[in-house]
Amino acid sequence: MIVIRVRGRLSGRLHPRVLAVGTACVLLTTGVGVLAIGHGDYPMSPADVLRTLTGGGTAAEEFIVTQLRLPRLVTGLAVGTALGLAGAVFQALVRNPLGSPDMLGFTQGAATGALVVVAVGGSSAALSGSAALGGVMTGLLIYLVAWRRGVHGYRLVLVGIGTSAILTGVNGYLLTRVPLMSASRAMLWLTGSLDGRGWSDAAPLLTALAVLVPTLLACAPALRMTELGDDAASGLGVDVHRLRMLLLTGAVLLVALSAAAAGPVPFVALTAPHLARRLTRAPGVTLLPAAAIGALITVAADQLALHALPGQLPVGVVTGVIGGGYLVWLLATERRAGRL
Amino acid sequence: MVSIAVGAKPIPVTDVWQALTHHNATEHVVVRQLRLPRTLLGLLAGVALGVAGAAMQALTRNPLADPGLLGINSGAAAAIATATALLGIGGGTGQVWFALIGAATVTIGVYAVGGGRAATPARLALAGAALNAALYSYVSALMLLDSAGLERLRFWTVGSLASADTGTALRVTPFIAVGLLVALATARPLNALALGDDAAHALGARPAVTRAAAIIAITLLCGAATAACGPIVFVGLLVPHLVRALTGPDLRWMMPYCALLAPVLLLGSDVLGRVLGRPGELQVGLITAIVGGPLFLSLVTRRRTARS
Repeated sequence: MIVIRVRGRLSGRLHPRVLAVGTACVLLTTGVGVLAIGHGDYPMSPADVLRTLTGGGTAAEEFIVTQLRLPRLVTGLAVGTALGLAGAVFQALVRNPLGSPDMLGFTQGAATGALVVVAVGGSSAALSGSAALGGVMTGLLIYLVAWRRGVHGYRLVLVGIGTSAILTGVNGYLLTRVPLMSASRAMLWLTGSLDGRGWSDAAPLLTALAVLVPTLLACAPALRMTELGDDAASGLGVDVHRLRMLLLTGAVLLVALSAAAAGPVPFVALTAPHLARRLTRAPGVTLLPAAAIGALITVAADQLALHALPGQLPVGVVTGVIGGGYLVWLLATERRAGRL
Repeated sequence: MVSIAVGAKPIPVTDVWQALTHHNATEHVVVRQLRLPRTLLGLLAGVALGVAGAAMQALTRNPLADPGLLGINSGAAAAIATATALLGIGGGTGQVWFALIGAATVTIGVYAVGGGRAATPARLALAGAALNAALYSYVSALMLLDSAGLERLRFWTVGSLASADTGTALRVTPFIAVGLLVALATARPLNALALGDDAAHALGARPAVTRAAAIIAITLLCGAATAACGPIVFVGLLVPHLVRALTGPDLRWMMPYCALLAPVLLLGSDVLGRVLGRPGELQVGLITAIVGGPLFLSLVTRRRTARS
């Protein structure tokens, strides 16, 4: 651990391992990204891709990269970052390694919003908007129901699970109310897919990330203190309730907007913070590495689904299957270690 | 108690009686072919889910244990979806066996996680929710790959009694009957287990055998109920809580009362769904989720349950 002090006023701790893992992740993601842009019906070498990205490609290459492949990549990166970050925040908030937005009903809320639009037959922009709204409304509902002189982790979990079960029922019902064509479309959306995503899909999420990433990172030291328990954190000068509300709002917004961009990509929010914690071996919450790993997982899974597997599967299938397997392993080991 | 149980059920029964005696042939067919099997199936599934819920809450010593919330019904659903989509086995006894395999896998998994002393209600519920999510995304993936399967499965995954026919009811009856007997037989030793393993030993119960029997009972009941009418949540959670308020924690009383009250709840929801959704209908799984969900929320926001 390195401690940096600037003239006694500003100080920070730096874990070399965190830095190394973070850098490795960013490099790896960049590599996958360049390969992803190069791969497809019109193959391009990594050198070509880099040349085109820096503005030196032919018109055709320019079009393919900036209009077709880059938006998809950027959407994937933004969704992964948002989910990784939100997952880390949720797990720290409810203080349980399984407390991810997939389990707590936010994702289901976004799905309900989207399904309503599918049922009445709206445009895809309306679908995204409605999904974001559904996620935020669900967050608000869960917060209000779980509120009793502040929101505690366990109550948030239980209320979230109950809400999620109700919404799953509602979603299933909505799915039976639409004709088969719309049901297929809805199903594709519900699995989480990056197919045909353009700049307009990524824009709202990118804006939110620009605002929320610094905000959440600023909260990280206080969040670390709440890991000592509410009383200890209050004693150290943290306004626990205000902090929770702020973090919850930020994380819910990230989840809702990422669902609006790509549908509810499952398990990224669960696995990314875990991997971050394991790889960095850092104590406490690791927001930035979680975000980086989330982006890496999402983009890599999308490429895997697109090119390595038969049929054009959406990204959510890959993250779902990998995440499910990881979950089973996690349940087994955490149980043995008595941490669950 | 008993009068409620008998009172709610005669609504279809009097219909049946009138249709059989007074009215013309069309209604006769409606009653015999549609209503009767449906009611029968609702009864069976209700009994199964209610008793399974009671057994589960006792086994895991956890007030939030529910076959639906903990993913057992989803396990059965995932196994059936696999059978339908990949192996092309639809309906029939094969479906029941697949449901049983799925339910057994998840029951053992959940018990492994939730049976320990360290598992609080919140942790168990979370583990179940995580399993649910994993299984749900698996089922979605299957449905996505096979749109004909989607057409069949999307109705089934809500939980409905609508597809009922006498054949389905007859097929699951033996499984539910065996499960019920095993569950009732474990009521006494499970009571003893509530005092802790050592005390149970001293009282003459065999904890390992009892647990295994309870798991078998839960598997049979949940698997058969899911195979018959899809995953239905909250029935197994709520009924034991309602009954516990009436009978106290003695399982020998609780289980029979659960077996009476749960079908009332399930059939009531089904009737409500048919009335509200006219001219179509709302699936019973939706009604139990909408009715049961808020009750669950009120349960968990009560301090006592959530803290323990």
